[in-house]
Amino acid sequence: MDTIGKIERHFKALQENLNGSAGNAWRKLRREAFEAFTANGFPKMKDEEYKYTHIGKVIEKKFDFSGLASPTAEATLEKRPVFHDADAWHVFIDNGKSVDGSLPEKTGEGLEITTLREAAINHPELMEKHLGRHADVHKDPFTALNTAFSHEGVFIRVRKNATIGKPIILHYTDGGSGADIIQTRNLIIIEDGATANIIESFTSAMEKERFSNHVSEISVGAQARLNYYKLQNQDKEIYQVDNTVIAQARDSYAQSFVVTLEGRIVRNNLHFLLEDENTETHLFGLYVAHGQTHVDNHTVVDHQLPHCYSNEIYKGILDNKSKGVFNGKIFVQPHAQKTNAFQSNKNILLTDEASIYTKPQLEIWADDVSCSHGCTTGQLDEEQLFYLRSRGINKSKARAMLLHAFVNDILDKIDIDFLHDYINEEMYKRLD
Amino acid sequence: MLSVKNLHAGIEGQAILKGIDLEVKPGEVHAIMGPNGSGKSTFASVLAGREEYEVTEGEVTFLGKNLLEMAPEDRAREGLFLAFQYPVEIAGVSTTNFLRTAVNQIREYRGQEPLDAVRFLKHIKEKLALVEMDPKLLSRSLNEGFSGGEKKKNEIFQMAVLEPKLAILDETDSGLDIDALRIVAKGVNKLKSPDNATILVTHYQRLLDYIVPDYVHVLYKGRIVKSGGKDLALELEERGYDWIKEEVAAG
Ligand SMILES: Nc1ncnc2c1ncn2[C@@H]1O[C@H](COP(=O)(O)OP(=O)(O)OP(=O)(O)O)[C@@H](O)[C@H]1O
Ligand SMILES: [Mg+2]
Repeated sequence: MDTIGKIERHFKALQENLNGSAGNAWRKLRREAFEAFTANGFPKMKDEEYKYTHIGKVIEKKFDFSGLASPTAEATLEKRPVFHDADAWHVFIDNGKSVDGSLPEKTGEGLEITTLREAAINHPELMEKHLGRHADVHKDPFTALNTAFSHEGVFIRVRKNATIGKPIILHYTDGGSGADIIQTRNLIIIEDGATANIIESFTSAMEKERFSNHVSEISVGAQARLNYYKLQNQDKEIYQVDNTVIAQARDSYAQSFVVTLEGRIVRNNLHFLLEDENTETHLFGLYVAHGQTHVDNHTVVDHQLPHCYSNEIYKGILDNKSKGVFNGKIFVQPHAQKTNAFQSNKNILLTDEASIYTKPQLEIWADDVSCSHGCTTGQLDEEQLFYLRSRGINKSKARAMLLHAFVNDILDKIDIDFLHDYINEEMYKRLD
Repeated sequence: MLSVKNLHAGIEGQAILKGIDLEVKPGEVHAIMGPNGSGKSTFASVLAGREEYEVTEGEVTFLGKNLLEMAPEDRAREGLFLAFQYPVEIAGVSTTNFLRTAVNQIREYRGQEPLDAVRFLKHIKEKLALVEMDPKLLSRSLNEGFSGGEKKKNEIFQMAVLEPKLAILDETDSGLDIDALRIVAKGVNKLKSPDNATILVTHYQRLLDYIVPDYVHVLYKGRIVKSGGKDLALELEERGYDWIKEEVAAG
């Protein structure tokens, strides 16, 4: 049976299985997503959006999709992921399912962390309003595939005007079950006036070929504030697609950090929907790739209404035979006058075999706007290297100092200490 | 201390230095002058170990060791220092962090304990005072946005901190106002001792009024074509280089 055929069989089994459980709307969403997925299947090599990252073909060829419909959380939490002891709200997700008993209780008035299934029972109206409403199944086949099989996942809600001081960490592990396809999904709602810091931490190392297909939908309410961090530091065997959509309401503030340190192929689609006036958005990205790693960051900042500000800085260091792709789209819709949108992508290639394909893409339909973009790609500066060495600093240390200086402006903006220090250390390990 | 014999060097097959001989002994100050493009900075860079220049002939010994075989960092650790004509800016590396790394790597090479933060700060504070440099510059990125004069002072400050045996100052006086010049000269003179030596690359007598050289050499077309005492500099100031060029042309 071909891959799509297999997927169809699993899909039918899943729908059958979930028959009678809560959430008719969700059921419909799954069906719509499934149809969207099967209409085109995995992205082809000539697909504009996946032209430089042929992950669709690889995945179709490599994996057999047998575990698709039945995520099982098998982690016993014995092998603790990094930061497990940080002062934070912890959520452990294994193979796409939150680990039983691991969800923090007693989170207090302002914070609710539960499963999507529970949420479908307790908050059907919120689920209907948000689930699948931000991450459009017609826009990306991986979003469609994820949505078609969505039935587990995490639901986080920060209530109106609540300020959650401690960061909320979503730890994604892929335990002992040996599943080779892991679909993870969550819905995060930051209500009006609320503040939260959320970390998605993908750090398990299994050294086994597997495909991780992740979707995060985040709604940031009016005057709400979100600091959002994504850390991708798994092993070099993982194929990872991440679709994250952040929708911002009026006067809200959101800041994202996407840090990629490991993986075989990593494709990130980060999509900001600026749906109302006077929002502020910062997108920071850092990728340090080595070996055969292929890192692709596609970002979209969609300015829909006036007076919104966005600023994007992505920086990459590419070593050995690694490849980088950066595609940054900025849309300024006809109503979005007085938009300020900036973008920059800077890269350092450490070898002749490393490469980067970078493309800014500005589509501006309003006239009173201020937008700029720029990208640079270069080697380490020989003059600077010589200067440091001429003062007695050895070559490898001098190199590390310069690379560190290159990424420092972004790194220093991460003001959660344990996260900052971990990334710093992991990066140094690779650069020294 | 430094012995240069028949040094030839160039870049991409183009010869720049065409047979330089120079002997520098401890305690001496040598001035190297010469028209633009004659090879002064190239000479300084080759001594410091810039890899883009290829040495095609000749030898250089520094304190009894073959200098040309050493990596740039090892030359510095052995006691060689170059104050650059054009110091580079390095965004994101603070001057303090940079210098502390340098000091401790040099100490490690010499089998000494690293300086802890407190002792290091004490050490550099004294040196800062010597060159009258604004301490605020220390926490800024290395040379980034420094004025021309501040960059030059920073070079002398680094020299003071690293305490080299042989310092080569490549046009450290260019672009300095009179006060800064005096301060830089004072710094250099303070650091002078019977054990170390200085090579000054300069176009102007005014520096040599403050730091009096034992020898003055004229570098022209990649060779030292004339050497003399401090009076030679005064003569060059008065007469320019034409008479030397004519002498060279006449053989
Ligand atoms: N990296 C290089 N690439 C090509 N040519 C070079 C390079 N470095 C030096 N040269 C050439 O070698 C010659 C000597 O240059 P150098 O900088 O050593 O002169 P200088 O005596 O220091 O001049 P100035 O007084 O202007 O500082 C010049 O013709 C210069 O163009
Ligand atoms: Mg010069």
